[in-house]
Amino acid sequence: MPRSNPILDTIALRRALTRIAHEIAERNETSGDVVLLGVPRGGDHLARRLVAILETIWGHAVPVGTLDVSMHRDDLGTSATPTVHPTVMPFDLNGKIVVLVDDVLFSGRTTRAALDAMNDFGRPKCVQLAVLIDRGHRELPIRADFVGKNVPTARDERVEVSLKEDGGDDTVTMIRS
Amino acid sequence: MSWTRRHLLDIESLSAGEIVTVLDTARAFKAVGERVIKKVPALRGKTVVNLFIEPSTRTRISFELAAQRLSADVINFTAEASSLKKGETLKDTARNLEALNADIIIIRHSATGAPHFLSRFLNASVINAGDGAHEHPTQALLDLFTIREKKGKVAGLKVTILGDILYSRVARSNIWALTKLGAQVTLCGPATLVPRIFEKMGCRVTYNVDEAIADADIINLLRIQHERQRQSMFPSIGEYSTLFGLTRARMARTKPDVLIMHPGPINRGVEIDSEVADCARSVILAQVTNGLAVRMATLFLVSGGKGPQEVTA
Repeated sequence: MPRSNPILDTIALRRALTRIAHEIAERNETSGDVVLLGVPRGGDHLARRLVAILETIWGHAVPVGTLDVSMHRDDLGTSATPTVHPTVMPFDLNGKIVVLVDDVLFSGRTTRAALDAMNDFGRPKCVQLAVLIDRGHRELPIRADFVGKNVPTARDERVEVSLKEDGGDDTVTMIRS
Repeated sequence: MSWTRRHLLDIESLSAGEIVTVLDTARAFKAVGERVIKKVPALRGKTVVNLFIEPSTRTRISFELAAQRLSADVINFTAEASSLKKGETLKDTARNLEALNADIIIIRHSATGAPHFLSRFLNASVINAGDGAHEHPTQALLDLFTIREKKGKVAGLKVTILGDILYSRVARSNIWALTKLGAQVTLCGPATLVPRIFEKMGCRVTYNVDEAIADADIINLLRIQHERQRQSMFPSIGEYSTLFGLTRARMARTKPDVLIMHPGPINRGVEIDSEVADCARSVILAQVTNGLAVRMATLFLVSGGKGPQEVTA
């Protein structure tokens, strides 16, 4: 029987995002150069929520886009066919401070694919990584700059982020099979 | 959204959901073609073979470019310059290509079912790029992609396919795909080339061209497939053009938002007037652009399925 453990409830999730937004604002004094890029699907929703908070902190619009990484993954054919989402990049990436947003940081392979995908669009001034959950087990030298919550996990456990944009209830749960 | 197939052999066996998956995936790949860097590494290290036993330029080039934009290596193989001329069978040719570790074999052949035949013994993925008068699945998928892009939907639209239906694999694949997605299909052309038997595929057959085009949302024109006709199916090209060609005069009696489609190559002055081919309602070149995106999506999706080892294990 699969057992599930709550990691973040709705209030804790909102608080984590607010804190990440403040940390992004604190780190980046030249706020006009900051753009957010979400990795579908979860990271895309989170990027849009972070932008809403950042806009109230900074008092100006913050560009946000979607970066599809499925065409840059290195595990095509080893798992289920990935769902390809369109990349939406309504700004020039060159010289920008890019905050890459994903829901869960695990092996780091999605982040590597995202860095590769970004190469096709230009050369950002720097790239920072914001994730809601860091669950460890990295397979590449990648670390997050902003973390909602660090969660120790076993490799065979699953971390499920349920967001209301996808019909969920804004919680994060760990599932043991 | 789901795709578990290793091959794309025909439209007939696809579900509506699978067709929509290809179209949705193609949308993301179309955006890749609009970037400064038009290449993604999705199929890096894979080998794609264009096994074209029947002549083709646009489909072969489209598949070749699609594979290159996915970073695959491509080998082009044509019947004229091959051992098939020296008496090798198709099966042996395909086995030899697989012995070179080809991952995807794209085949065009004059015989119906040639791709299905290959798929039964090859570990590589097989994509049908046209088998005889049977099917041309990627052409139908790019036609639907274009319709969806221009009209926002497929269901409920009236689509008239006009011309040589009998010898057309494009027509068959289109009829399957359009009816699966809920469009109403009308077929029209000379009675010798549009037999009533096509009504069994769920479409309407008429020989009155003015009626067929009057309320159509889409008019898909097909070329006369002279190379497949064993006997003369109509008196003359001139008569065909007069009776069934989409002339300027006929165009004036269509819906103002009708889309004119053609899989190419077009024969100006036969099935379509030059002015009509170049008019604002013509999406013939958009079809070519979209064909590239659809073929990238197809190559991507068949590569994502389980590898041959997992299948045989």
